[in-house]
Amino acid sequence: MATLSVTAAPSAWAGLRNDLIAAAVIAVLGAIGYFVYPDDLAFLIRVIGLAFLVISLDLVTGYCGVATLGHAALFGVGAYAAGNFCLAGVTDPILMLLIGALAGTATGLVSGLLVTRFRGLPQLVLSIAFGQLVAALANKLSSITGGSDGLAGISPSPVFGIFNFDMFGRTGYVFSVIVLLVTMVTLLRFARSPFALLCRAIKDDTLRTRMIGVSVYPRLVVMYCVAGAVAGLGGALTAINTGVVGLDSVSFERSAEALIMLILGGAGNLWGALIGAILFELFHHYVSTASPFHWMILVGVLLIVVVLFFPKGLVNEVTRRIGDFRQARAAR
Amino acid sequence: MRTILGILPDALAYGMVLFTISIGLSIMMGLMRVVNLAHGAFTMIGGYLASFALVSLGVSYPIAILIAVIGAVIISVPFEFLLYRRIYRRSDELTQILLTIGITFFIVGIANYIFGPTSKPIPLPEMLKGPFDLGFRMIPAHRLFVIGCGVVTAVALWLLIEKTEFGVRLRAAVDNGDMAEALGIRTQIVYSVTFALAVGLAAFGGVVGAELLPVEPFYALRYMVTFLVVVSVGGAGSVTGAMAASLLLGLADTTGKYLAPEFGEFFFYVAVIVIVYVFPHGLFGKAH
Repeated sequence: MATLSVTAAPSAWAGLRNDLIAAAVIAVLGAIGYFVYPDDLAFLIRVIGLAFLVISLDLVTGYCGVATLGHAALFGVGAYAAGNFCLAGVTDPILMLLIGALAGTATGLVSGLLVTRFRGLPQLVLSIAFGQLVAALANKLSSITGGSDGLAGISPSPVFGIFNFDMFGRTGYVFSVIVLLVTMVTLLRFARSPFALLCRAIKDDTLRTRMIGVSVYPRLVVMYCVAGAVAGLGGALTAINTGVVGLDSVSFERSAEALIMLILGGAGNLWGALIGAILFELFHHYVSTASPFHWMILVGVLLIVVVLFFPKGLVNEVTRRIGDFRQARAAR
Repeated sequence: MRTILGILPDALAYGMVLFTISIGLSIMMGLMRVVNLAHGAFTMIGGYLASFALVSLGVSYPIAILIAVIGAVIISVPFEFLLYRRIYRRSDELTQILLTIGITFFIVGIANYIFGPTSKPIPLPEMLKGPFDLGFRMIPAHRLFVIGCGVVTAVALWLLIEKTEFGVRLRAAVDNGDMAEALGIRTQIVYSVTFALAVGLAAFGGVVGAELLPVEPFYALRYMVTFLVVVSVGGAGSVTGAMAASLLLGLADTTGKYLAPEFGEFFFYVAVIVIVYVFPHGLFGKAH
């Protein structure tokens, strides 16, 4: 864990510099995406939506060590909430994002209260059961969620009343990249806060943290709420961009996929979450043209390889290699 | 009363299927502390092999069960040797979850690549097809057969664990693996044998229970959660617990589906949340 890039900021200026670099990196990534897939912006928008889910999962799994397989519930509730408010007449996209984040926070609170009470197997099973419960409700409360048909006809009004959502997804894409940029910079600051560092301490050694007088449970619940806000934001963003919310947004598969993306990129590192989401979706994009079963074989092999050979994830592995290389050069 | 009598045999049969499949996972999780999400994948291998043996080779039902169990165990050996050995006892849940989800995806993909992506029929022999007269009402003979299989499995396991030399070693390794090793029990062998036993039971349950949990291309993923939930509710490593949990959850699920079909799995998961929250180590489990 010592090699992670997240450390307490030595000065205000260093923090600001990190934020500016982060913003620039996301802007550049966004621009690259725009020029590489100009005709397939819907795909990139989907990736950004999922990235929010993975980043949110990182906050609870990577920072707090909570193993969860029901995280899509937070994402899905945000999406359904934003969609419903839009159908009821609240069509401003910024407001919809806020509603999504609020709904996600509320779901995160309930989920966190349930899931973080225990460690190990009970925790895992409670997270699964909560996720499946939300999925069952989404399927049954068809007056709110549209059941298996999904919620359709969500048409948000222009951003700030000026920028219309066009059918090519240009506005949607730029809007998504900006929301991602703001969220990511905020979260990178948050990750350097004493609160987030304490959560890391809880992950590394819960007993010791408790012994120095920290009450663990409330902190994990608060972290779950933050994660809920981020996931809800992603859900709302997806609802705004695609105009539909389906049952797949709360499914077990979505939760499992998010976990796979996180581990692929590297847990405990917000960049790892983002890169993991992008890599996995690119992999999916290029491989799934074959039959779904070939795709499953390849994902299976990929997972096994990552777990066995890059247990800390690709991003952390690369950072470690670079660190080793620098040290070796400095030693010479 | 009529409804209760209608629900009970189904709930009991469903519970017994859950028990037969999940007990292997329960023992494995109690002993090796592996959250093996690929357990359903081995069940699916059993189902596919039995279907292949019955439909394409035309063997009889008991032989098909034998082929399924032995075949699944043989197929599982390289997985145990190359992958599972790395995650016994000393690794975090996250690693285990991801590795076993990877194995599940791999097996589902390969199975469908070889046998084609259609659901696999496991035709019953004539003897089990008809209804059976209990005296006061008729129930399908197959349901009785499944219940019988569950009871036999439970008794056989109890005998194995309580009355044999292997059982002694197994219990010692479950209670304190390091101490057992220090006393000269070769835990690696106990682990491997238990793994094979778990896979064999999974395959057996998959074939016998195919009427209630049909064998289809995404079987391993569809029931992944269910088996894990049974183990968690019962308490890992406890035969009694697994039996109680299977029957309880079988009852909750079947009753929910009979009385309020529009809510589907809602009651099942509410029951799970309540039980796990109140008994975090399962109904009959021990804290590790």
